[in-house]
Amino acid sequence: MSISQHFPVLVIILPLISAVLIPILSRAKKIYGWYISSAATFISFMISLSLLRTVHVKGKISYWMGNWEPPWGIEYVVDYLNGYVLVVISFIIFLITLYSNKSVDKEIPEDKVSSFYTIYMLFVTGLLGMIVTGDIFNLYVFIEISSLAGYALIAAGRKRDALIASYNYLILGTIAATFILLGIGYLYMMTGTLNMADLRERLPALYDTTVIRTAFAFFSVGLSLKIALFPLHIWLPNAYTHAPSVIGALQAATATKVGVYVMIRILFTVFKPEFILEVIPVAKLFVMLSAVAIIMGSLLALGQKDIRRMLAYSSIGQIGYIVLGIALANRLSIMGSLIHVLNHALMKGGLFLVVGAVIYKTGITNIDDYKGLGKKMPFSMAAFTICALSMVGVPLTAGFVSKWYLALGALQAGKWVMVPVILISSLLTAIYFWRVIDAIYFQGHEVSGKIDDAPVGMLVPTFALATCCILFGIVASVPVNITNFAAKMLIGG
Amino acid sequence: MKDNIIIQIITRLLVPFIQVFGFYVIMHGESGPGGGFQGGVILGASIILYVIVFGIDEGRKLVSEKINDICNSTGVLIYGGVGILCMIAGGKFLEYNILPLGSAHFASHMGMLGIEIGVGMTVAAVMVTLFIETARQGK
Amino acid sequence: MIEFILAKYNYWIYITLMMIGFYAMIAKQNLIKKIIGMNIFQTAVFLFYISIAKVKGGTAPIEWEKAVRYDNPLPHVLILTAIVVSVSTTAVALALIIKIYKAYGTIEEDKILEMNK
Repeated sequence: MSISQHFPVLVIILPLISAVLIPILSRAKKIYGWYISSAATFISFMISLSLLRTVHVKGKISYWMGNWEPPWGIEYVVDYLNGYVLVVISFIIFLITLYSNKSVDKEIPEDKVSSFYTIYMLFVTGLLGMIVTGDIFNLYVFIEISSLAGYALIAAGRKRDALIASYNYLILGTIAATFILLGIGYLYMMTGTLNMADLRERLPALYDTTVIRTAFAFFSVGLSLKIALFPLHIWLPNAYTHAPSVIGALQAATATKVGVYVMIRILFTVFKPEFILEVIPVAKLFVMLSAVAIIMGSLLALGQKDIRRMLAYSSIGQIGYIVLGIALANRLSIMGSLIHVLNHALMKGGLFLVVGAVIYKTGITNIDDYKGLGKKMPFSMAAFTICALSMVGVPLTAGFVSKWYLALGALQAGKWVMVPVILISSLLTAIYFWRVIDAIYFQGHEVSGKIDDAPVGMLVPTFALATCCILFGIVASVPVNITNFAAKMLIGG
Repeated sequence: MKDNIIIQIITRLLVPFIQVFGFYVIMHGESGPGGGFQGGVILGASIILYVIVFGIDEGRKLVSEKINDICNSTGVLIYGGVGILCMIAGGKFLEYNILPLGSAHFASHMGMLGIEIGVGMTVAAVMVTLFIETARQGK
Repeated sequence: MIEFILAKYNYWIYITLMMIGFYAMIAKQNLIKKIIGMNIFQTAVFLFYISIAKVKGGTAPIEWEKAVRYDNPLPHVLILTAIVVSVSTTAVALALIIKIYKAYGTIEEDKILEMNK
């Protein structure tokens, strides 16, 4: 009875216990909050690496909570899709937690820092729980845990606009979660089970009933709201702009990705792929919506003055890429989607971390004020440039790999009109990032050449993310192989 | 409400009974309506009633801020602790049958009681914290 | 037609409540009224879950010697969890509204939007 067989549960319990330990131990010394958070997220990252390796060696892991046999008990399942997303998300969370110390000290009032880290660890618990669970109502519980913590974290921003942004996100997010609860209720009413694998077996006989179609409609709307798919994206720009820098990075890099993972689970594991392709051809609708999201996200990012709002609209476009890959529903496009989950988390995380470093040092958020920062903060701006090149999709960076597979998947599905859509939005991405790079490097010649970069604790995670962008662009075999296995398991061919 | 002597006396008489009822609801979660969350809310409500009638400062004398913060966390730690105890005893997380407390039936009851008490403690403490922080408006 | 309405009255009630709550969440300007709408919305969903748990001739799912059949206890347990979630959401929303009131001086949405322009 080694401890490694309990890893599916430990990856959730450790952040939860650390979340409740932080208020007690922070009474002694304030910085314990950061120490405990970093330790807990590091251990979670190590556990998720070990889980992925076990899945690769032995196959799907299944953990029965309380040793109650599914479908009566709650089951935690880790397979290729799960393990991959778990490693990506826990890696990004670990790096952002390392980065957070100085930034949080500057932006959050001092007596609230321990509460901040408590809610932060609860947010992490909710995210990791969403990924690992194999029971659909447990999924709803973890969705709500992470959403509530997210609302509180976004409201911790400095200006009062953060409160309104958080309130809007709360109202919309609660509608989404309640729709998901309704969908679960309809599914339970018709099948009598809450286990995802068991639902997969019982649902095909019921595909023609109105109840199951209604359940699927509720799930689609609720999940689309959570991942900010066009036209349900309205909460996202305000939430990312006014949140504290660390929370903007965390939400942009992880929360929407986990929502996308939940969508993949519901669409391909609970409902078989033939449901969205043949029974109700919702896939066509999703393809159109994601194409609009890709173009509109990049277009709206062009005219923004605040860099965080520009990055938020850019995120809406990138979510369009990922949903496009899911909606095309063949092996190559799902591989492109999953690789883009990794890449976008790395790239957007890196970009938001650099923006946070600039805010920490100078408080600048306006793109025009970024003049001359290339001389003042050369390392941070180098990381920004690398991540921006990767967002455009320059070959040898990670962004190129995912866009390549998405284009291949679009061609294989016969929707060749998506390839010019992807190319046009890459061009638009290049334009709006060129605005920033132009301001950084080619303007502001009157600024003196003194180097005053962000502290090392903030630079190291930023550079780690930028390095991974290049690393996964040159040596793309690891993500490609893992997502190949995951896509084969989902699509079945 | 400090000056109204009838309310003061009735509150002082009622609060212990409400707390006993809260404990009863927590303990009898398995065989009747009730459980951790419901009993915790009733316990929290008893202290909130005291704070409403007598004021925040009197309430803080009853439940100091340090005790409140510690009880917030201890409930979740008891929950996690029972689960991890089951893991150490050789079963899965929250597998109460394995605990070495006599028959499997009795161990199952004790495990469930343990986590209900943990949940009740956290819920009561959080209810009191919420009320007092809201009433003070974070001052 | 009458049978269709009368036999499934629990679903009609839940839909009516849900639409009332949803309308309040969207259309009302006062922030607190939106939260009340949210509560009504979520309570309607709880009503739906509990109403599908009823078994013909079943008693409440508590052990009783004279019971022949019990209702399905699983939706009751699910709704306990969902009620906790609803209470927590209301608590976070009310805390946010208090901070908004302190920052803006008003809790009417149109006045807040004007102040933000």
